[in-house]
Amino acid sequence: MTTQGATDYLSFSNIQKSYDQKTLVVKDFSLNVAKGEFLTLLGPSGSGKTTVLMMIAGFESVTSGDILLDGKPITSTAPYKRNIGMVFQNYALFPHMSIAENLAYPLKVRKMPKDEIDAKVKEYLELIELEHMGGRKPAQLSGGQKQRVALARALIFNPSLVLMDEPLGALDKKLREQMQLEITRLHKKIGFTVIYVTHDQTEALTMSDRIAVFNDGVVQQCAAPDVLYEHPENSFVADFIGDNNFVNGTIVAEDGDFVTVKIANAEEEIATKRGDCGPIGSACRVSIRPEKLFIMPHEPACDNKINVTYAMRLYVGDFIQYYFKLPDGKDIVVKVLNDHEAPKFDEGQPIGLTSLKQHCTAYAAT
Amino acid sequence: MKKQKFPAYYSIWHKLGHYGLQYSANLVLAFLILPILVIIPLSFNVEPYFTFTEGMVTFDPDAYSLRWYEGMINDPNWRLAIKNSLIIGVFATLIATILGTMAAVGLSSKNMPYKRLVMALLLSPMIVPLIIIAAGMFFFYAKFGLAGNYAGLIIAHAVLGIPFVIITVTATLTSFDRSLYFAGLSMGASPLKSFFDIVVPMIRPGVISGAMFAFVTSFDEVVVVLFLAGPGQRTIPRQMFSGLREQINPTILAVATVLIAIAVMFLITLELLRRRSDRLRGLDEHA
Ligand SMILES: Nc1ncnc2c1ncn2[C@@H]1O[C@H](COP(=O)(O)OP(=O)(O)O)[C@@H](O)[C@H]1O
Ligand SMILES: [Mg+2]
Repeated sequence: MTTQGATDYLSFSNIQKSYDQKTLVVKDFSLNVAKGEFLTLLGPSGSGKTTVLMMIAGFESVTSGDILLDGKPITSTAPYKRNIGMVFQNYALFPHMSIAENLAYPLKVRKMPKDEIDAKVKEYLELIELEHMGGRKPAQLSGGQKQRVALARALIFNPSLVLMDEPLGALDKKLREQMQLEITRLHKKIGFTVIYVTHDQTEALTMSDRIAVFNDGVVQQCAAPDVLYEHPENSFVADFIGDNNFVNGTIVAEDGDFVTVKIANAEEEIATKRGDCGPIGSACRVSIRPEKLFIMPHEPACDNKINVTYAMRLYVGDFIQYYFKLPDGKDIVVKVLNDHEAPKFDEGQPIGLTSLKQHCTAYAAT
Repeated sequence: MKKQKFPAYYSIWHKLGHYGLQYSANLVLAFLILPILVIIPLSFNVEPYFTFTEGMVTFDPDAYSLRWYEGMINDPNWRLAIKNSLIIGVFATLIATILGTMAAVGLSSKNMPYKRLVMALLLSPMIVPLIIIAAGMFFFYAKFGLAGNYAGLIIAHAVLGIPFVIITVTATLTSFDRSLYFAGLSMGASPLKSFFDIVVPMIRPGVISGAMFAFVTSFDEVVVVLFLAGPGQRTIPRQMFSGLREQINPTILAVATVLIAIAVMFLITLELLRRRSDRLRGLDEHA
C-alpha cells in the first residue's frame, strides 16, 4: 500500500473496527492525508467506508489504532468537539428550520455575534447560488439544492476536516455530474480538506487529488487517479477502477520489470509488466484495458499477439465494444472508436489482437 | 353522462354487502354518539329531571336554563372537585410527559439492553385491570404516606399516563432520522443541545399528543381516586360518582357537557398536531 507524497495532516495508523467483537469490518486502515487534499475513499458497498467515516466523526468507536488530526489524537475527543463537518447522503437538513437557519446553526452553537452570523450566512448562500432561498424550508427545495445547502452547512464553520458519505448517491446522473463540478469548484475556492466516500469510480476519478481504494477492510492502494488507472498494484484495483480484461496464464520467464506469460489453453506467450504476480511457474492473470487492445491488422508496432475468435459487438455510440473468446473460453473485450474504419466480422471468425507490453500487467491469480 | 355508483361487474351480493356495511357502520356511530349528545340539551333543563319536558321538545325558551351550570360553579364541592382534577391532572401530565419521553428516547436507542422487557413493564398499567393496580397502589402507597394526599394521586396518575406518552413518542421517533441528531453533533452542538434543538422539535407532536392522553386519563380516572383520595382530593369523576348516588340532579349533566366540550377540543388539537407533524416531516411539500 502506498501513501506517497502526503504530509500527515490527518493520519490513521492501523485502525481496526469490529462491531461484534468477533469479525473485523476494518482490518488495517493506514493512511495519511495532506492539508487541503481531496481524498476519496472508494470501495464496493459494504466494504466499511461509512464505518471509517463514522470513526473519524466519532459516532463509532475505534476498536484499536489511532487517528491523528493535526498531530493530536482525536479518538478520545467527544464528537461535538472535533470540529469536523459532515455531509450525509440523505442531506440531514433540519426540516423545521429554514435554509438560512440551517446554515446559521453551527455558528449559533459557536456563539458567534448575530451580525457576523448574518453576513456569513449571506456569503455562503451566494456561494451556492441560493441567495433568494434563505427563507425557504428544506422540503421546498429540489434534491440538488438540498445537497448544496448541506454542503454549505458543513463548510460554514471552517471545520478542520469535511467528511462526505456518498453525498450524491440520491441524485440522478445529470444532477450528479453538476454537483461533482460544484463540489470541485468549492474545494478549489475554499481549500478545505475532504474525505469523500463513494462507490462510483467515475466520481472518484474526476474529483479527487488521491483515491484510496478500500476493500476487505484494507486500503488496497492509495494514489492519484491517473496512477491508479494506469498502474494498479493488484488485480482488485485493476478490476475495480475502469473496465479491464483478465487473461489467465502461467509465468514462464522473467526479465527485470517484465515477465513472459504463456496464455492458458494456447501456445502463445505474451510480454507483460510485473504486477504482484509470483515467480516462474506460478499462475497469473494479465490485465489489459479494452482501449489498449487492437484488432489486427491495425498497429504495426506491437509486442504481443493473442489469437481469439469473434463473438459479438455492442454498439455504444461514441465507441463500439467487440467481444471475443479467448482460447480458454473466457471473454475479452476491445473498445474501438466509432469511426468509418470500425470493422465487421462473422461469428466464430479467428481474429488476432495486439497490444504493447507496457499496457499489460501480470497479477497473482486469485 | 350519469356517474355510475357501482362498477359494472358488481353483482347483487356486492351491492348488498356495500349497503350492509354502510348501515351497520352508521348504527355503530349512532350508538356511540347519541348517548353523549343526548345529555347536552338535558343539562340545560329548567326542571331537576333527567328527561325531556314538553317545553323542551317544543323549543320553549323558558324550558331551558343555565341553572345547573350556576349550581356547578357555586357548589363548593364541585369547585373543589374541578380544582383537584386540574391540579392532579396538570402535575401528573407533567411528570408522565417528561418521564415517558425520556423512556421512549432511551428505548429507541440501539444500545438499550432488555428493550422489550422494559417496554412491556412500562406499558403494563394499560393492560393490567385498573382495579388491581388501584388496590395494589393503595396498600403500597399507604406505607409511604402517599394515601389521602395530592402527592400520592399525582404519582399514581403519572404512572397511568406514562404508557400513552411512551407509545406516541416512540411512534414519532421511529420516523425520526437519526442522522439529523448526528448532524447536530457534527456542527458542534452538545448531545443535550442537539436533543433540544433538533430531536425535541421533531418529536413534539408525539410528546404533545401523549401529554393530552395522559391528561385525559387522569381527568377521567375514578378507580384509583376511590382508593387513594381523601375527602380533600375529590376529583370531578369522583364527585360525579357520589353525586349519582346521593343527590341526583342535572348538575352532573352540566359537568358532563363541560367534559365533552373539553374532549372535543382535545380531538381538534390532536388533528391539528397530526397535520403539523406531516408538514414537518416533509410529507406536505408546500409547507
Ligand atoms: N452499526 C453496525 N452494527 C453492526 N454491523 C455494522 C454496523 N454498521 C455497519 N456494519 C457492517 O459493517 C460492514 C461495513 O459497513 P459500511 O461501513 O456501512 O460499508 P459501506 O459504507 O462501505 O457500504 C457491513 O458488513 C455492515 O453490515
Ligand atoms: Mg456506506
